[in-house]
Amino acid sequence: MRAAIRVAGFISMMLSSSLALAEYKLDLEPGVTTFSQGAYEIHTMVMWICVAIGVVVFGAMTYAIIKHRKSKGHEAASFHDNTTLEIVWTIVPFIILGFMAVPATKVLLNMEDTSNSDMSVKITGYQWKWHYDYLGEDVSFFSNITTPDSLSLATSANVKQDETTLLDVDNRMVIPVNKKVRLLFTSNDVIHAWWVNDFGVKKDTIPGYINESWIKTDKPGVYRGQCAELCGTNHGFMPIVVEVKSEEDYLDWLAGKKAAAAEAAASAEKTWTKDELMAQGEKVYATNCGACHQASGQGIPNVFPGLVGSPIIMGDVAKHIDVIVNGVSGTAMQAFGGQLNDADIAAVVTYERNAWGNDTGDVIQPSDIKAAR
Amino acid sequence: MSAVIEEHHEEHHDHKPTGIGRWLFSTNHKDIGTMYLCFSFLMLFIGGAMALVIRAELFQPGLQFVEPEFFNQMTTLHGLIMVFGVIMPAFVGLANWMVPMMIGAPDMALPRMNNWSFWLLPGAFGILIASLVMSIMGMGSAPNFGWTFYAPLSTKYGPASTDFFIFSVHMMGISSIMGAINIIATIMNLRAPGMTYMKMPIFVWTWFITAYLLIAVMPVLAGAVTMMLTDRNFGTSFFDAAGGGDPVMFQHIFWFFGHPEVYIMILPAFGVISQIIPTFARKKIFGYSSMVYATSSIAFLSFIVWAHHMFTTGMPVTAELFFMYATMLIAVPTGVKVFNWVSTMWKGSMTFETPMLFAVAFIIMFTIGGFTGLMLAIAPADFQYHDTYFVVAHFHYVLVNGALYSIFAAVYFWLPKWTGNMYDEKLGKLHFWVSTISVNLLFFPMHFVGLAGMPRRIPDYNMQFAEFNQWATVGAFIFGFSQLILLYNIVKTVRGRRTVKATDQVWEGADGLEWTLPSPAPFHSFTTPPTVK
Repeated sequence: MRAAIRVAGFISMMLSSSLALAEYKLDLEPGVTTFSQGAYEIHTMVMWICVAIGVVVFGAMTYAIIKHRKSKGHEAASFHDNTTLEIVWTIVPFIILGFMAVPATKVLLNMEDTSNSDMSVKITGYQWKWHYDYLGEDVSFFSNITTPDSLSLATSANVKQDETTLLDVDNRMVIPVNKKVRLLFTSNDVIHAWWVNDFGVKKDTIPGYINESWIKTDKPGVYRGQCAELCGTNHGFMPIVVEVKSEEDYLDWLAGKKAAAAEAAASAEKTWTKDELMAQGEKVYATNCGACHQASGQGIPNVFPGLVGSPIIMGDVAKHIDVIVNGVSGTAMQAFGGQLNDADIAAVVTYERNAWGNDTGDVIQPSDIKAAR
Repeated sequence: MSAVIEEHHEEHHDHKPTGIGRWLFSTNHKDIGTMYLCFSFLMLFIGGAMALVIRAELFQPGLQFVEPEFFNQMTTLHGLIMVFGVIMPAFVGLANWMVPMMIGAPDMALPRMNNWSFWLLPGAFGILIASLVMSIMGMGSAPNFGWTFYAPLSTKYGPASTDFFIFSVHMMGISSIMGAINIIATIMNLRAPGMTYMKMPIFVWTWFITAYLLIAVMPVLAGAVTMMLTDRNFGTSFFDAAGGGDPVMFQHIFWFFGHPEVYIMILPAFGVISQIIPTFARKKIFGYSSMVYATSSIAFLSFIVWAHHMFTTGMPVTAELFFMYATMLIAVPTGVKVFNWVSTMWKGSMTFETPMLFAVAFIIMFTIGGFTGLMLAIAPADFQYHDTYFVVAHFHYVLVNGALYSIFAAVYFWLPKWTGNMYDEKLGKLHFWVSTISVNLLFFPMHFVGLAGMPRRIPDYNMQFAEFNQWATVGAFIFGFSQLILLYNIVKTVRGRRTVKATDQVWEGADGLEWTLPSPAPFHSFTTPPTVK
């Protein structure tokens, strides 16, 4: 009796969870571009053709399994070939494949036509973030995950789980609606893949290569995606967020970006206090360094070195700056000289030399970085 | 002359060497086959344990058990061990046992090479697993770049253990090439009088073709890892764009090996199924010659479709079209095989012992994997599927629900011949049903999360994917532990205390030379060649 209750409880639990299933996606979404819709249509068509073939073949098999068994007294027939039948089931699949190939070819040719674009954005993969460069606009920026705590076992539990966890970034890529935006893809280190399913765009970013694709959509909104090619430790933590805005809002956003860049350039000229540097440094550290060296500065043993009491940090400032600006070849330590401005590098160097008990007391100004470059 | 040889064999008939030397220095095809199968079974549990680490971490959003770095080591070693350490050695083990018996030969043609090709494997996997042991002990990282080891992640950015990995792959490659040479030499030279090529059992045919594939592509893999080695250690730039090399070339070379490789793992499975279905349908295989031609066509096509793994690398559109069309063509010969199996069952007199259950499940689930394969061939749709869990679902349906199922079927089918004892049919059926329900719970929901947008090889995911991942994890643990039923059943059959003795023919519908030998099969198979009419 008790067992029966338990079973009933389990079944009702399974049922209720399958009711909740309605919220979960089971299939591709049509998306918002001509080729995500094209891909969706061809996906749906091929899937149903497969289902139909499956019903016929497995249906015949099931019939045989039920009827043609020894326990039912069925005697084995002796036929073992039939040329006509064999020719038919070689030819018919060819015809079915032809029906699939024609629309697939059409969709593909459309996807690969990047001509007559209205604007271009160069997307560069980095371990483990994206860089967007609006060509001809002098606007470029990095895009990082907003929850660096997700990256490590020790801190992962601090992350609030919601619809956008792991799918949110600090700087979104913004594009205007109804414009053909050409995308150029390359990489700074290993191969990544830029993928937003609602656009139907997935392209590898490959060091030394420039790949192309394009987006044009008439639906404003926020679209999310992730890196799709294994690119090292934090492959799971480099989301993509693209915001499609009206032309007007897009131009506002672009102007805002330009103003912010000018402000950052001006801040490199002034002299900062230690507190300002420490505050800015902590932010810069969290987005650029913490993924490997960890928020605690302890690194990951044998994979990424710790910074607490590290000889480079406790030693000569010039060497410390050199490592950050130029990277360390042959290791995962990137050259941040091209990624961060003088003020951010000064701040992060100051931060690393004074945080976690590294009390060197050194204060490094943006002008020091400028001189060191 | 032949009389002298026969006499010599006669006095050594069934004289087995004893102790550890029997195994270390073995030149006997059955003992080496047994070692291959045991090795593969051990690796199944090791690779399976890694899969369970992966599934445990993916049970819910957030990180609970392992760091992302270790997660990547798990996915990498799981893939390498399952491909090179489980499926391939298991099929070589089956070939070792069955090919000489099926063609009426006394042993393999090159018995000493046979010994060496097996004993390279424990060394190769010892090195690979050592890198993981060192990683756990805090001495560097094990290979963490996926089993496909794309450059430059595996070259410039690879951990120090990458050089261990390269050495290990070289050893596996040498082992496979020697195994393949041996199988070809055996089939070409040691067939019984009257056994023409078109009279060979389908299992022998599929292995004959597989062996050629191995000889063709294992050197390509060796070339790829050698270029990696020199890139890493001797300053070359084969795969480094900064030095004039090309990271995409790595993928072309890898998949020129990799695509035939997937047929290396499935053609022998086709062979096994083509032996089992007619036996339990008590009816000859339908369309024998079209089976042989279909297998050959698949082997040929396997060489001209490799870049369908690379649609997102930005190939010229004409190349994408070519590889799309060529890949779609594979559906035709594969379809022929499935139709032939169903026609063999049609109007048979079927019974459903464990091998037949696994074989029927193979046909259904492999076909599902084939359908998703056709979907993946469609380049514009592949842009959405590529590198998602849809692909993970696809290749696990063909490799686990397909290839591994055929190996299970083969073990149940031939175990009575090997040991002389019938396995426990009840346990066999229990193993089948628990495995089949759980393996579908494990892999089917992966189609859904993949289509919904979950990339593969990620240690953490957004909560929208949580429910199906939980199903998959539950399925994974049941499937993993249900293999202990198989282990117990095999041990019980080998010990033979509470089992029924097998007859020589074993199965009522069994047909072929291997069933004319006594059960258990004698140490030397056919000392005088049988005649095939």
